[in-house]
Amino acid sequence: MILTFLISLLLLQAPAPGGEFDMDEYLYGHVVDAYDWHITTVNGKHVSVPLLIIARSKTTGWHVFSSGKLAHGHEYEGFYILHDQESHRDRLLEHTPSGDVRPLDISITKNVAGLLFNSLVLVLLVLFGVKWYRKHDAREEAPGGFSGLLEMLVMMVEDDIIKPCIGPDYKRYSPYLLTAFFFIFVNNLLGIVPFFPGGANITGNIAVTFMMAMFTFLAVNLFGNKHYYKDIFWPEVPLFLKAFPLMPLIEIIGLFTKPFSLMVRLFANILAGHMMILGVVSVVFLTASLGPAMNGGLSVIAVLFGVFMDVLELLVAFLQAYIFTMLSSVFIGLSRQHPEEEKAEE
Amino acid sequence: MSLITPDFGLLFWMTLIFGIVFFILAKFGFPVLTDMVRKRQERIEKSLVDAREIEARMATWKVEQAQMLEATRKEQAQMLREATETKARIVSDAKAQAKAEADKLLAEAKARIEAEKESALRDVRKEIALLSVQVAEKVLRNELSDEGSQRAFIDKLVDEASEAQLRS
Repeated sequence: MILTFLISLLLLQAPAPGGEFDMDEYLYGHVVDAYDWHITTVNGKHVSVPLLIIARSKTTGWHVFSSGKLAHGHEYEGFYILHDQESHRDRLLEHTPSGDVRPLDISITKNVAGLLFNSLVLVLLVLFGVKWYRKHDAREEAPGGFSGLLEMLVMMVEDDIIKPCIGPDYKRYSPYLLTAFFFIFVNNLLGIVPFFPGGANITGNIAVTFMMAMFTFLAVNLFGNKHYYKDIFWPEVPLFLKAFPLMPLIEIIGLFTKPFSLMVRLFANILAGHMMILGVVSVVFLTASLGPAMNGGLSVIAVLFGVFMDVLELLVAFLQAYIFTMLSSVFIGLSRQHPEEEKAEE
Repeated sequence: MSLITPDFGLLFWMTLIFGIVFFILAKFGFPVLTDMVRKRQERIEKSLVDAREIEARMATWKVEQAQMLEATRKEQAQMLREATETKARIVSDAKAQAKAEADKLLAEAKARIEAEKESALRDVRKEIALLSVQVAEKVLRNELSDEGSQRAFIDKLVDEASEAQLRS
């Protein structure tokens, strides 16, 4: 994996010997979303997969065209991509008589394409694994092979995370939490794959983790029971803490900090992982100017560290999916508490 | 498309894609698997309970079996004893019967022999009587061949008869 990544990066940088290695561009180019899927650069020529631009202009309506038409700053149907050197962001802009404006932009970007591909992989894998159960009587026999692996993972998530965290009515939430777990897990894993259909920094993108956290927020708050809302707006504390609404205020803030922490945790962990691997690999190029001996020695070390980081990221990929699912389950479990029953049990 | 500001396009696509993935997996994916595993767990639990029940039943069966075996053995001994007794009785009965039969036969034979003997004797007596009558005839014919002797005989007979009359 890392070797392929290394080779692809060598190809990327090799044609510019003696040229300044742009560390920022290199790092951000990999982790930030883009309008085309850059694979490599051969002899100064970018090899990239053009994606779909879908934009709605206020004046001319919908526009759908390939992003290849906007490559190298070209303009097409009044649209062009502005590359901001400061923030390393690409933005689709539209020329209008009253100046350049940002249109409604729902383009298939690199992350959207990656998301589509990874989701397809996930759906096919799960449906393939589940196919066994349609053909066999699972009461009489247990599956082997891929179905067995899937069953082991699914039952681990359900028995170790969902059931103990939510309690008796876990079945209602189980499909969402399992989907969240495998969605994050597959996207994390394919994010580590360094070449084309993989390698998109999806779970390290704030928009993706924001939506994931949002879904959990909805799952928690749409189905919260009476007790949960009473605890937020009228908790069992001395009256002066509620009359001057200090506690409700804190509780309402807490309502939003929970999904916020989910969002930031996943985003930061995966982004940091990508950055770390990229950083370690960049040693090879940063030391290119120090002579062959130094460069070779450090490259060996960089590759070893790269292997270590990749293995670590495999762990993190699983761990972050696990933690996201577990915390979501805990938050859902908190919204489904029945303190009367617990007291009765005591 | 910066690092920490969510991009609208991606938010939109993420919602759509995750929604579709969730719909497919929640309908055709995970519930199929978890339901089946749950059913299997139920079945395993039930099988365990059944196995325990069968084990308990087997234990009682074993006791019952032992009891039945014991009873059967007792019955067998009893039957053997009875059979021996019956045999002895039958033998003794048969013996008695045979003896009785033999006695009866013997008695019959004896009776018949007696009867035969009787009839034989009777025949013999008849024969002797006839013979003696013939002899007496011959003797009488011999003795009464002349007139004087006939007369003497008649006198003698008359004498005897009158003696007998006088005596009575």
